[in-house]
Amino acid sequence: MGSNEPIIEFSDVTFKYRAQQEPTLKNINLKIYPGEKILIAGQSGSGKSTLAHCLNALIPCSFTGDMSGTLRVCGEEPSKLGVFGMSRKVGTVLQDTNGQFIALTVAEDIAFALENDMVPKDEMYHKVEDVAKKLELVDFLENAPGELSGGQKQRVSLGGVMACDVKVLLFDEPLANLDPATGKRTIALIDEIMKNEDMTVVIIEHRLEDVLYRDVDRVILMESGRIIADMHPDELLCSDLLTRNGIREPLYITALKHAGADITPDSHPQHIETMDIESYKDTVIRWFKDTREKETALSTETLLSVKNLKFSYDEKRTIIDDVSFDIKKGEMVALVGKNGAGKSTLASLICGFYKPTSGTIMLDGKDIGPLSIKERGDKIGFVMQSPNQMISKPMIYDEVALGLQVRGVPEEEIKQRVYEILKICGLYPFRNWPVSALSFGQKKRVSIASILVLNPELIILDEPTAGQDYQHYTEIMEFLLEIRKKLPITILMITHDMHLMLEYTDRTLVLTDGKLLMDAGPWDVLTRDEVCEKAYLKRTSLYDLAVKCGIENPDKFVARFIEDERSTRKGGVL
Amino acid sequence: MSKMISYEKKNTPIHKLSGFTKLVFFLLWCFCSALTFDTRILLVMVVLGAIIYIVSGIKWKQVSGVFLAVMFFMVINLTCIFFFAPYQGCQIYGTRNEICHLFGGYTLTREQLFYEFNVFIKYFTVIPSVFIFLVTTDPSELAASMNGVRIPYTVSYAVEIALRYIPDIQDEFHRIRNAQEARGIEMSSKGKLMDRIKNTSAIIFPLLFSTMERIDVVSNAMELRGFGKHGRRTWYRKKDLTAGDIAVLAFIIIFFVASMIITFHDGNRFYNPFI
Repeated sequence: MGSNEPIIEFSDVTFKYRAQQEPTLKNINLKIYPGEKILIAGQSGSGKSTLAHCLNALIPCSFTGDMSGTLRVCGEEPSKLGVFGMSRKVGTVLQDTNGQFIALTVAEDIAFALENDMVPKDEMYHKVEDVAKKLELVDFLENAPGELSGGQKQRVSLGGVMACDVKVLLFDEPLANLDPATGKRTIALIDEIMKNEDMTVVIIEHRLEDVLYRDVDRVILMESGRIIADMHPDELLCSDLLTRNGIREPLYITALKHAGADITPDSHPQHIETMDIESYKDTVIRWFKDTREKETALSTETLLSVKNLKFSYDEKRTIIDDVSFDIKKGEMVALVGKNGAGKSTLASLICGFYKPTSGTIMLDGKDIGPLSIKERGDKIGFVMQSPNQMISKPMIYDEVALGLQVRGVPEEEIKQRVYEILKICGLYPFRNWPVSALSFGQKKRVSIASILVLNPELIILDEPTAGQDYQHYTEIMEFLLEIRKKLPITILMITHDMHLMLEYTDRTLVLTDGKLLMDAGPWDVLTRDEVCEKAYLKRTSLYDLAVKCGIENPDKFVARFIEDERSTRKGGVL
Repeated sequence: MSKMISYEKKNTPIHKLSGFTKLVFFLLWCFCSALTFDTRILLVMVVLGAIIYIVSGIKWKQVSGVFLAVMFFMVINLTCIFFFAPYQGCQIYGTRNEICHLFGGYTLTREQLFYEFNVFIKYFTVIPSVFIFLVTTDPSELAASMNGVRIPYTVSYAVEIALRYIPDIQDEFHRIRNAQEARGIEMSSKGKLMDRIKNTSAIIFPLLFSTMERIDVVSNAMELRGFGKHGRRTWYRKKDLTAGDIAVLAFIIIFFVASMIITFHDGNRFYNPFI
């Protein structure tokens, strides 16, 4: 193995999409050596996906444009080999595991690339078995995608590219759709595979803390088409480059900096478990002692009350099992749990999409059981994950007005209410624009505005930030905070994002296998090992930091830090 | 929620047949039903179809929705035939046996009743075969078989993917409909028919857009894993034809040829009991 020869080498690569004025990649110089694990970070629009697409030859073969400079992968030029040629060298695992799952069963999906390569049937069976063993998928070979968990789907995607004996694995935001515990396991799996199979790994991801769960050799930080940092994670975490460029640092790093510690690379801050914390201990403890806990005044009026709710499709499997909880007026509550825990079903029951087997749901003290979906819709708004699932009118004004029009509200009043909501949502300047001209985040606002215009008391959001980078995440969440200030609204969010839960919500409902496991403040949830384990959550690194510093009440530490952060948060980025 | 007309794995003799056999059977069966108006053949097909339907172990729930929709259109179809061509039967069979006078220019004749009865049972020859074909055929195996008879694999795979996504699209449809209904756009039977028709655009467009989004992802994923690289491809799920397949193929070909001979030997598609 000539480890001195780079396996991937960008020399002065510039790329401009045909439809764009400015180049998306500017004079990229980058060498990646065999066996390295590289993390590419950057905001959306920084060019990190473009960089990745150069590796698998989607650029310039599928997305055309002008490319200059030279790129070599495994000694070949991707543009000459084409997408097909590169598929034997670079295995790409896409963000959307549902999209990547092409075939009907696990076995066929792993075999997909082999089929396309005209591998004979017997050889294919052996190969599929082999890969399935490595990824612990043997028992699932005949399963359809719908019968798999998020983590299993991810393993199938990985199997699908591993089957062609690739040299480089390229992961495009592998953690975006996974619950935190599964994300952690995926990172461990990637680490294991690359060591056993002698591969080079390139990961594109903005969830830095989760990727750094296992050693990374270098982090490449991109901003407006340039590489602005190419360094060991230990060094990068000590600088302020991440926060300056809109990437979220690991929470324990933020906490340390917040407490006033000056972190140095020789303390190995890459993982909290192995970090040398000695020299920062005193600073952290002093900060903890100096900070007071704030009393937050919460409304005591109950808006939604769910009692002994049960639901099953048939006799065999209970989806929601005896769930009871209250939501107070004005609260922002997170509903968390692993994929398939019943979160969406619970939301569907509240909205009336399904009828409960037993139990009651009260809104404002009134039983809403007999009300139809539409009648509940007057009080409870439901926003789906993707705005594209909701928007049905070409013009923004019409889309937001739709709910009022079908309710027979007079035209004059519609106009006034729509304008008011558009102003609140920051969409007023675009009121006469077509929806198609908006960015994803703006479309999301439109879909929320079209619900808010109906004056609901409770709004349920299904994964409002899934697949969004930190900047868009912040944009959406700050927008929700704004709305909360301006309107008397209560918000229930289904989410996988532990940061979101910690930073923004007042309370967390943890659902596992249809049962309510815990109903408490987010910091209480994320400091309890047994709860995190059962619900596939991840204990927050702040807790580990507190324990390492010898603080007696680690959960208090977490609560104080979060409260302090919230009160100092200004216009978005922490 | 039960998935309507999509493949379900089972172990019946029908499921065990190769997709190719079922495809050929299905096509010849439909041609046969479309071409013949011979009541005897149609009745045989109805009985055969019912037997195969029972053997294939299809649950009523899987097909009831589509079945009722087809019944609805059948009633419209039969009524329209009567109103637009009340003496079609007499023309075809060349006699006129009146039963009773209804109103205006409409008189009920035995020939018309018999003709419409033929149309009626035609529905019942085709419907079960569609259900059986869709519910018992593994889409990937079907694609492999289609490719086996020289249909380009891109076309075969397109068919597979279409079948593969039927359940996904159904799920998406339900999710979108629920969310839109919560916005107050009435889609349930409570609303007026015209409003409901008008409001379907509130589902169709989001469904279209989210499907387009998915097409993009899927086609990229396929290309990245070498789909379309070569002129041929192999199939993981390919099933070789068994003796059972050959027997079924032989049967349907003989059945088809025989039906055609019986139907057309007198130069007329119709079986005439009136002469």
